[in-house]
Amino acid sequence: MAQSIAPPSTGTAVPATLPVKAILPWAFFFGLLMLVLLYFVGAEQGATSLISGTDVHEWVHDGRHLLGFPCH
Amino acid sequence: MNSATVRNLLVRGMLAGLIAGLFALVVASLLGEPQVDAAIAYEEAHSHEHGGVEVVTRSMQATAGLATGVLVYGVAIGGIAALAFSFALGRVGRFGPRATAALLAGAAFVTVYLVPFLKYPANPPSVGDPDSLDKRTALYFLMVLLSVLLAVAATIVGKRLAPRLGNWNASVVAGLGFVVVIGLAYAFLPSLSELPKHFPGMLLWRFRISTLAVQLVLWTAFGLTFGHLAERALGSAVRGGSKEEPASTASPAATS
Repeated sequence: MAQSIAPPSTGTAVPATLPVKAILPWAFFFGLLMLVLLYFVGAEQGATSLISGTDVHEWVHDGRHLLGFPCH
Repeated sequence: MNSATVRNLLVRGMLAGLIAGLFALVVASLLGEPQVDAAIAYEEAHSHEHGGVEVVTRSMQATAGLATGVLVYGVAIGGIAALAFSFALGRVGRFGPRATAALLAGAAFVTVYLVPFLKYPANPPSVGDPDSLDKRTALYFLMVLLSVLLAVAATIVGKRLAPRLGNWNASVVAGLGFVVVIGLAYAFLPSLSELPKHFPGMLLWRFRISTLAVQLVLWTAFGLTFGHLAERALGSAVRGGSKEEPASTASPAATS
């Protein structure tokens, strides 16, 4: 009887937290990588250019407009 | 073990972002592209300097180009959201993986897109002075950054207030604080109005609504897909990792 009552009150209430130390390396490297991707979709060859020309801008042009980024 | 869990969540976040991107792509093609085409037609009819050599053809921009933009965006926001989820899980309140993912996706839609959009809405081609692009880009990204940081701050404040005010009231107070500070930012940051004279109002409205639909679909699909994947990933991790915990807490309950 008691066994069927106890688990829901303890086991399912709050999921265990992941330690910050385990998250930080992933957050740093992959967070940065993801931001670089966002930069290339959202801003490259607009206000700032890492690659010369307008190829990147023209290729993602429609996506940039429709995702809400400022574009020319 | 924990590091592997974070990696699993990250991979699933990027996958969920890709899937959400596919849904968003459908909406962008069906609702957004007609407005982009109409805006470009307007631009070509009204400007004489444009219309030179096309680096990328319109049909490529509207299909493969659009797909690249939306899908890469989906993967990127999926990865970042998965990392945010790893921090948030079990720390924002008594929410399981699916509820945490849904709340996170909702909050991300509001802070990453809706709040900046209300001040600096998306513009179709031919709206916006090319000379002010630097300023517009800086203001837009500033608004996104401000909104996200404020939302994180509001969450922390809400968490601190919860023991005193209770969860509901603490959340309301923190949300109110967020709204007030965002309101101040709206009031003090410069407004932009670079609409060409006689630009069709209906076209502008439809374009902006379509961008809102793209983001709403993207974040909804992401929240549901990632919630499902995360629940499965964490479910197996919890069952495999801490089997002894429920057993040890159950036995004192059995004796009482």
